[in-house]
Amino acid sequence: MSRIRKALLLMLLTAGCLFTLTACHGSRGLDAFVIPEEFDTSRDYEITFWAKNDTNKTQTDIYKKAIADFEDLYPNITVNLRLYTDYGKIYNDVITNISTNTTPNVCITYPDHIATYLTGINIVVPLDELFDNEKYGLDGSEVRFDSPSKEEIIPQFLDECSFSKHYYAIPFMRSTEACYVNKTFVEKLGYTLPETLTWDFVWEVSEAAMQQDDEGYFLINGQKVMIPFIYKSTDNMMIQMLKQKQAGYSTSEGEIQIFNDTTRELLYTIAEHGKTGAFSTFKISSYPANFLNAGQCIFAIDSTAGATWMGTDAPLSDISEDALVEFETEVMTIPQFDTGNPQMISQGPSVCIFNKADSQEVLASWLFVQYLLTNDVQIAYAETEGYIPVTTKAQLDAGYQNYLSRSGEDNSTYYDIKIKASKLLLDNIDNTFVTPVFNGSASLRDAAGQLIENVTKSVRRKENVDDAYMEKLFDDVTSLYRLNQSKATDSGKTELGKLPKTSVILLSALAITWGLIILYVGYEAVKKKKSSHNNH
Amino acid sequence: MKKLFALCLALTLVLSLAGCGNSASNDTDAKSEGVMTYAEYVAADLESQVVVETYVQAKQSWWDNKATVYTQDKDGAYFLYNMACSEEDYAKLVPGTKIKVTGYKSEWSGEVEIVDATFEIEDGSYIAEAFDATSLLGTDELINHQNQFVSFKGMTVEAVNDNGDAFMYNWDGSGEDGNDLYFNVSLNGQTYTFTVESYLCDNTTDVYAAVKNLKVGDTVDMEGFLYWYEGVNPHITSVTVK
Repeated sequence: MSRIRKALLLMLLTAGCLFTLTACHGSRGLDAFVIPEEFDTSRDYEITFWAKNDTNKTQTDIYKKAIADFEDLYPNITVNLRLYTDYGKIYNDVITNISTNTTPNVCITYPDHIATYLTGINIVVPLDELFDNEKYGLDGSEVRFDSPSKEEIIPQFLDECSFSKHYYAIPFMRSTEACYVNKTFVEKLGYTLPETLTWDFVWEVSEAAMQQDDEGYFLINGQKVMIPFIYKSTDNMMIQMLKQKQAGYSTSEGEIQIFNDTTRELLYTIAEHGKTGAFSTFKISSYPANFLNAGQCIFAIDSTAGATWMGTDAPLSDISEDALVEFETEVMTIPQFDTGNPQMISQGPSVCIFNKADSQEVLASWLFVQYLLTNDVQIAYAETEGYIPVTTKAQLDAGYQNYLSRSGEDNSTYYDIKIKASKLLLDNIDNTFVTPVFNGSASLRDAAGQLIENVTKSVRRKENVDDAYMEKLFDDVTSLYRLNQSKATDSGKTELGKLPKTSVILLSALAITWGLIILYVGYEAVKKKKSSHNNH
Repeated sequence: MKKLFALCLALTLVLSLAGCGNSASNDTDAKSEGVMTYAEYVAADLESQVVVETYVQAKQSWWDNKATVYTQDKDGAYFLYNMACSEEDYAKLVPGTKIKVTGYKSEWSGEVEIVDATFEIEDGSYIAEAFDATSLLGTDELINHQNQFVSFKGMTVEAVNDNGDAFMYNWDGSGEDGNDLYFNVSLNGQTYTFTVESYLCDNTTDVYAAVKNLKVGDTVDMEGFLYWYEGVNPHITSVTVK
């Protein structure tokens, strides 16, 4: 081999290696985050925070105040706020921005969504080590504010943020669902509200409210419109019904179990009441609060974080004043199948941190996230709706206890329906649950709701809901939400689809490199053999 | 004879001009077989299947193979919510495009719309002129023009909050640039809330900029689609300060 050819081969090998490393860098994403020894305060940081609010100005003002207060403590960190009113929109935007490496630093999200973000490598920062870091961790020595310790975060809520063997988020606020009941109408129909609502009771009263006169006016309200039972989130409805029935939904490994006989039985019941018009959903009819406050609904199930919209004196309303009717509102747990073992969903915003090349920037993000757990932020935000703080530190704070004790003092800060909704969750933390998180769990959740939406729409359209219908429905929903595809067994590391271009390049480069190495080694061996032969 | 010929020519010219007046095509009356007239659509029960031929007037959004579209024929308007539509087909739905839509008539918070629909593009074109609905504000007759492209003239901008702002991001001011704009306008002592729907007209559009520049007391002419949400809630597409 001439020197030129040797140099060429060496050059090719070097280029191959460089190419390999470059492709490698592109395909494996960022390096895993490592906590810096010290937070470098000599530098300035700009972080973005994508926050979700309930279209509630008080909440956005609290975010802005939290940012201003945090920036006072850390003048070298600037937090840029981007407001959302929809978790789904945040999810879509994050997915889009992962591909362009322009994720926000901090983002309010659902654990289900994080499971999808985790299909990328080192996209979301695991928080375990940050929690425990002596200097900058929860209650850390170098943190410039009174942050809660890990033990002061309500364990159930913290556990909801743990999946794939790591904590990938912290809880920010928690809520559940409540049934806001027009007690006046229930009693007018001759019923007495039980201590705990049952599904049978709700269906029975709802059907009783469907009586109309000859001209089509409902006897209960004298109006042409009455939908006695409206559910805002039908995915929650199905998930909670199945949980209460101890029926299959999914395993923590991602095995889909929702298409079972209990689901079928539940759907037949829902269809029966959808057919009479006694039941409807937000997607089909509109916000439960609008109907409830107009005297056109008796059982309105919505988040406790929607409590300020519920009731005659609700501080927030979308309907005109002349449409409002007077009635007594009762805030109750969602209906149960087994009143001795009530089960209700735990939901609400969590916060995750996206990884960046600059570990100092990530540390700045973590400090801000931790600030969201301080009493000032927790209590202020919880008071905007029927949320509850996620730390015992905030829940036991004298100021928060004082707030709870003043229920009904006015129809704004101390609006009784809102405080009752918060108390409902505080009294039922041990009765809450969450669904398993895995890559695809967000789709399964959507599918659960779609089953109810479809049967309800179908019976309203006078379609026949029978066994054949159910089979087709299950097939359609399975296909629509791609539930028949292989899912992750742990952290969402499967279902990766076609290899990315960078991976193809990487693998090709590796193959070429190894090919050249083998060629070179072979060539050298032959040459050595020849040389040895000639020397002999 | 010459006079008769001249009269015929004149009549032909007048008829031709009249035909050009409201539309880009003169076949907007004709409905294909099995297709409802607007009157039949209005008379149809909620939750019943409907088949209409209509013309795209504006597009609101596309996501996940679903499109939301404002459409109208010469008799009335049809709001198509989350209609099945590929991204490729969405690009074809330019204003004026004739489509045959099969879906279900539904009502959501007072807004009558067609949901769970599919469509096919047909030959024909029609762009509706804005119907002046100013005098119908506050009357029961207004809802008969639901979803139509309409205009409101000579209305006065009112404050939307106690700060005296002329507009807000989101209904309560909780939003930011890029979100829906809400502003109040009055006529004859009655105040109405109008919206610039950010999916229909985002913050790069003239109307978005125009509303952000409004001042309380301005007199404005507006055009938009007569959307409904718990009462009239027009989605405004143009604002002119007089």
